Amino acid sequence: MALENADIEKIAVLARLQVTHSETNDYANSISSILSLMDQMQLVNTDGVEPLSNPHDATQRLRKDEVTCDNQREAFIAIAPATEDGLYLVPKVID
Amino acid sequence: MSWEIVIGLEIHVQLATKSKLFSGAKAGFGAAPNTQTTLVDLGMPGALPVFNQEALRMAVAFGTAIDAEVCKHSVFARKNYFYPDSPKGYQTSQMDHPIVGLGHLDIQLEDRSIKRIGVTRAHLEEDAGKSLHEDYDGMTGIDLNRSSTPLLEIVSEPDMRNAKEAVAYMRKMHAIVTTIGISDGNMAEGSMRCDANVSIRPKGQEKLGTRAELKNINSFKFIERAINVEVERQIDILEDGGKIVQETRLYDSDKNETRPMRSKEEANDYRYFPCPDLLPIEIDDAYIDAIRQSLPELPDQRSARFVSQLGLSEYDASVLSASRTLADYFEAVVLVCNDAKLSANWVTGELSKYMNQHNVEIDQVPVTAVHLGQLINRIMDDTINSKGAKAVFDELWNQAGEVDAIIDANGLKQVSDIGAIEAMVDDVIASSPKQVQQYADAEVEKRGKMLGFFMGQVMKASKGSANPGQVNGLLKKKLDLLC
Repeated sequence: MALENADIEKIAVLARLQVTHSETNDYANSISSILSLMDQMQLVNTDGVEPLSNPHDATQRLRKDEVTCDNQREAFIAIAPATEDGLYLVPKVID
Repeated sequence: MSWEIVIGLEIHVQLATKSKLFSGAKAGFGAAPNTQTTLVDLGMPGALPVFNQEALRMAVAFGTAIDAEVCKHSVFARKNYFYPDSPKGYQTSQMDHPIVGLGHLDIQLEDRSIKRIGVTRAHLEEDAGKSLHEDYDGMTGIDLNRSSTPLLEIVSEPDMRNAKEAVAYMRKMHAIVTTIGISDGNMAEGSMRCDANVSIRPKGQEKLGTRAELKNINSFKFIERAINVEVERQIDILEDGGKIVQETRLYDSDKNETRPMRSKEEANDYRYFPCPDLLPIEIDDAYIDAIRQSLPELPDQRSARFVSQLGLSEYDASVLSASRTLADYFEAVVLVCNDAKLSANWVTGELSKYMNQHNVEIDQVPVTAVHLGQLINRIMDDTINSKGAKAVFDELWNQAGEVDAIIDANGLKQVSDIGAIEAMVDDVIASSPKQVQQYADAEVEKRGKMLGFFMGQVMKASKGSANPGQVNGLLKKKLDLLC
């Protein structure tokens, strides 16, 4: 599977990454070559092999439903670029 | 052209855990902004999620309650999108391996028949924070208290055919989640909200029409209205030869209309992948069975018990068990008066009528179950007749007070003193010679109907307080003696 420049531009927008025009070509080529390796791996017969969700041979540990953290707002707010009335301020989302 | 409506619902239920889905911060509504967050909820680099076992138990309890497949292997996935109320840049959810698989729910339709609605799946996910768009110097304020609060998203099959079915389904879900105690079900606070997928197709056509998704509806009333206006909109477009666009729309309850959300908020390409920070959840039969065993009496079981144990009709039983609070109220009334049928009549009759008129839900009614039970006791011991009882009920609803005091204060006590009633009967007969003559002239089988006039006069003379049974008996006896 080969990616076009337009695919790279769309992925960059979705991931909020700035990719210059000259980089687009490079990314298209290198990601396409990774995908062709995937295509090669697809040829392996995986009948009867369970898909792996995680490489560790372990399952999720569970936590008791207890409140273990106090309010640390002041500490968090102290490192935020802009706050008001205890809220974090961000550039306006809707106009 | 005749159209068929197709509706599927996605219901978000906020799970009533003490702490959050992936952190030890307190979960819950109404605290000062950002006072219930940890590094995990803020999406700080390197902060890792640890899964709350109570959220797992609640999801499994839900699965067993709707007779669904509970999946022994389930996986968290990342749903990637950028929005400032989700600082990690993704929502931890479940995609290919949800915790709950296929199940179903039976709802009661208006014609009293039962319809089975398929439940496709239910999965665990975290809620996002809240954006406050009031003006903060041209910026948006972010409160992350709700971030990482556990949600169960319940997805239905497109099995509903009108807005009323959708409301019945939502109410039944509400009854189940509140009965098994996994959510407080408070819709005003957002503990339960739904997205409705609505499409229409010509009757008889198999292929589904293009759907619109109505987002974030948070009351039973609005579900019905939002679906109905959306259906009207779609019919208008198609009948004018237009096409429906697949899109996300918002219901505006003030204007009673739906309108599209901005396309920017809609660029849905979530690029799901298994969350590398969380391992697969593995549970076994013993765990699931233990939870199944611990379930309380479910709405359908309660309804069946109302029929078998209390002798209610299937319909009354199903109406009364449709909400946990309503069923609790009804049982509290029965506990006081010990007459299930009268209690059912009052709760589904007068009480429901007042609830509709005043637009209140059962948890807000001003008449307590104990008062209603006492009122029914006064009907059963012949202290008041049904007309007087309605007057007492009205006063309990509007002004509160004690049942016996209201009866006394308003002179509603039914006159069962046979002497007093006899005097009134004699008066009415003496002052109505014309009607008495008509009665005497009438054929015997027609006299029953004519008794109504005399009944009315006596009840009027007693200001409605005479025992109607006694009046009826005396009138008949005395009139028949005269003829």
